[in-house]
Amino acid sequence: MADIRNNFVGIKSPNPFWLASAPPTDKAYNVERAFKAGWGGVVWKTLGEEGPPVVNVNGPRYGAIWGADRRLLGLNNIELITDRDLYTNLREMKQVKMNWPDRALIASIMVPCEENAWKAILPLVEETGADGIELNFGCPHGMSERGMGSAVGQVPEYIEMVVRWCKQYTRMPVITKLTPNITDIRKPARAARAGGTDAVSLINTINSITGVNLDTFSPEPSIDGRGSHGGYCGPAVKPIALNMVAEIARDPETYGLPISGIGGVTTWRDAAEFLVLGAGNVQVCTAAMTYGFKIVQEMITGLSDWMDSKGHRTLDDITGRAVPNVSDWQYLNLNYVSKAHIDQDACIKCGRCHIACEDTSHQAITNVVNGIRHFEVIEEECVGCNLCVNVCPVQNCITMVPLAAGDLDKRTGKVVEPTYANWTTHPNNPMARQAAE
Amino acid sequence: MDRLGNGIEAGRLTPAEYESNFADLHPRLDSHEALVAADRCYFCYDAPCMTACPTAIDIPLFIRQISTGNPIGSAKTIFDQNILGGMCARVCPTETLCEQVCVRNTAEDRPVEIGRLQRYATDIAMEQGRQFYSRKASTGKTVAIVGAGPAGLAAAHRLAMHGHSVVMLEAREKAGGLNEYGIATYKAVDDFARREVEYVTAIGGIEIRNGVALGRDFSLSDLTANYDAVFLAMGLAGVNGLGIEGEELEGVEDAVDFIAALRQTADKATVPIGRRVVVLGGGMTAIDAAIQAKLLGAEEVTICYRRGKENMNASAYEQDLATANGVIIRHGLAPKVILGQDGKVAGIEVEYTAMRDGKLVGTGETGVIAADQIMKAIGQSFLASGLGALQIERGKISTDIEGRTSIEGVWAGGDCIGLGEDLTVSAVAQGRDAAESINRVLAAGARPATAVA
Repeated sequence: MADIRNNFVGIKSPNPFWLASAPPTDKAYNVERAFKAGWGGVVWKTLGEEGPPVVNVNGPRYGAIWGADRRLLGLNNIELITDRDLYTNLREMKQVKMNWPDRALIASIMVPCEENAWKAILPLVEETGADGIELNFGCPHGMSERGMGSAVGQVPEYIEMVVRWCKQYTRMPVITKLTPNITDIRKPARAARAGGTDAVSLINTINSITGVNLDTFSPEPSIDGRGSHGGYCGPAVKPIALNMVAEIARDPETYGLPISGIGGVTTWRDAAEFLVLGAGNVQVCTAAMTYGFKIVQEMITGLSDWMDSKGHRTLDDITGRAVPNVSDWQYLNLNYVSKAHIDQDACIKCGRCHIACEDTSHQAITNVVNGIRHFEVIEEECVGCNLCVNVCPVQNCITMVPLAAGDLDKRTGKVVEPTYANWTTHPNNPMARQAAE
Repeated sequence: MDRLGNGIEAGRLTPAEYESNFADLHPRLDSHEALVAADRCYFCYDAPCMTACPTAIDIPLFIRQISTGNPIGSAKTIFDQNILGGMCARVCPTETLCEQVCVRNTAEDRPVEIGRLQRYATDIAMEQGRQFYSRKASTGKTVAIVGAGPAGLAAAHRLAMHGHSVVMLEAREKAGGLNEYGIATYKAVDDFARREVEYVTAIGGIEIRNGVALGRDFSLSDLTANYDAVFLAMGLAGVNGLGIEGEELEGVEDAVDFIAALRQTADKATVPIGRRVVVLGGGMTAIDAAIQAKLLGAEEVTICYRRGKENMNASAYEQDLATANGVIIRHGLAPKVILGQDGKVAGIEVEYTAMRDGKLVGTGETGVIAADQIMKAIGQSFLASGLGALQIERGKISTDIEGRTSIEGVWAGGDCIGLGEDLTVSAVAQGRDAAESINRVLAAGARPATAVA
């Protein structure tokens, strides 16, 4: 059996599945249920400074998009940080940590960008016995209008400043949570590292409007006919999150910085993808909000079974394994040639591959052969783009088959070279010619 | 022989027809079909399907594991609760259990295909020979199990997991019980029952002795004297008789014998069948016998059932399966006399019945159905033999919910107990739970108080 115990910046948990700071972690009641269900850790819903708590809207807080079968694909929320009293939260956190010493409990914090505000709250959090803190520089709605959340995360200098305060005023490990609402995710990550952060976590939610009511012209979710952008999350954001995690994992300036991966993790497979792209663990929210805490059982067994089937013994065996394969475009092998192949036994003859290729790509798939409806790749035209694979409704019906070195590429009339060659040395690259001169 | 030969003859069909008729009723889903089917599961909270399953398999979890590409993990989720999950996937009347309560029925009238998904996962794990359980260190205790059917096998596996040794005493030549002898051929092809017995017993510590029967070769007191605990799971060996004239004629047989003989015959072309067959009864055995009679080439197969359609024990799905195979189901007909000619069955005289004041009565109106073969499927009964003072109630062994009988150190489960439900999956649940009860007692090192005073 694979050992999936997790050690993230010294914080130990029985598995790498943490619940992200969000509505599911707002109270002891929920967190206790989560731990009973098997979650390895939680990041408690973000604490604000002492005083009257924030207030939330009293209408809808969530919007969503769905697949045709009402499968929830993306969720958007406009809920703010915890609207419960700071001391109530602290008291419950302390009790829960005492009840569950083997689980990770992290405090998420969002207070104004003033040194005294951070200096004041850190000892209170430390007293709970929490294993670490997460700095919420990510929430893009509401709090950002007050100069917090993503308003901080969008200014690398602020990130560095606040991280530095936190490292100065607490012994607890500091995880800096980043907003994806920024052009280059590497900049805030570098700033966090410069400030001395122990880790980063990402992504927080993405600015979004999930839809508009065409009768009332109100954006969704609608609060009395008016809507505000919310934070987008769930399965739909995973590709964006994977890329941002990978960018930080392979950036020489942040290389080796521990990452807690967040963004649409719904199954063990999603989690494994984050891990191999450099995340030390993952945080989950939308999947739990959609299906309940029990889904962690699927994640635990799935990850463990996959590791067993591949001979991976610990999380260290897989973390970051895909990072060396994440590359700039210019280093991709231009001598690699593949062609689509349609399995005629599996083909149901819907014609989607043909029309996608015919209308929008390279006219490389037939629709009629000898007067009969028949879909087949014309290798002389196929550039290997993979569009037909992606639009085919049948699993494994169309596959990309690489040509071997020495094979003839019927499209170019050239023999496939055995060597690796990329754009940097390609004759069409003006920069390459320049270098050669 | 030919299709229209009168009497009971073998070889009515072509080899190709036999092959196609006795092929897998529902072939395993391929991976794409499984993903599409799994995708329909809502991962319900406190799922009704799980509650409806006598073995309480975590159905939402195993389906989610299929949908995330982890059929092996899925199989373990199934086997954790039901080590005979492979057979149950094939023979469970899911339409009256898990699939009946699937919430998809409410919106779409079409449940998630739970049974077929269960087969998908368990088949993959069994084909790969994946064993998920190992024996704990030996306890030095040995448990005797009478009967190597579903209840006995489930108990044996669970006891072996706990480190006990198990000796299974089976009257028949093969283990498996009704899985081996009582299931329609097309529901468990490719010798699945035997393969499943091998899969279950591969855990080790389980010895099966075939051809030894309780009451003939040993008694219950022999077992209590020589073993640390006893689990009785011998099913129902008796068959109910009609008690009418003509029952002794050539061509009258018990449906269970017909089903068993057919299952044990490799070449179905050698199995004789009547041209006109009448099956008496309204349960699954009647359906299985009737359909298979039709598949063997009988021209006309009629099920006669005394009561109405709504009273039949066979599910609506099974009834539809029968009619789709050309079986005629007639309700409200009670057998009166089996008619013979030259000592052989020639037909059956039946009487129309009616419900009067809540009671089933004959109307006096009769009719004759021509037949050269009559199969009786009007129920099985428990044959008590060699059980000494063991308490029997209404013809079956009395137990409590854990399977404890009136005799200390003796447990029972499956069809032979009063709580039996004539379902493979219930027998598995009772075997498993009795094993846990036995283990609790053996682990405590004490003999239990008897459950039934």
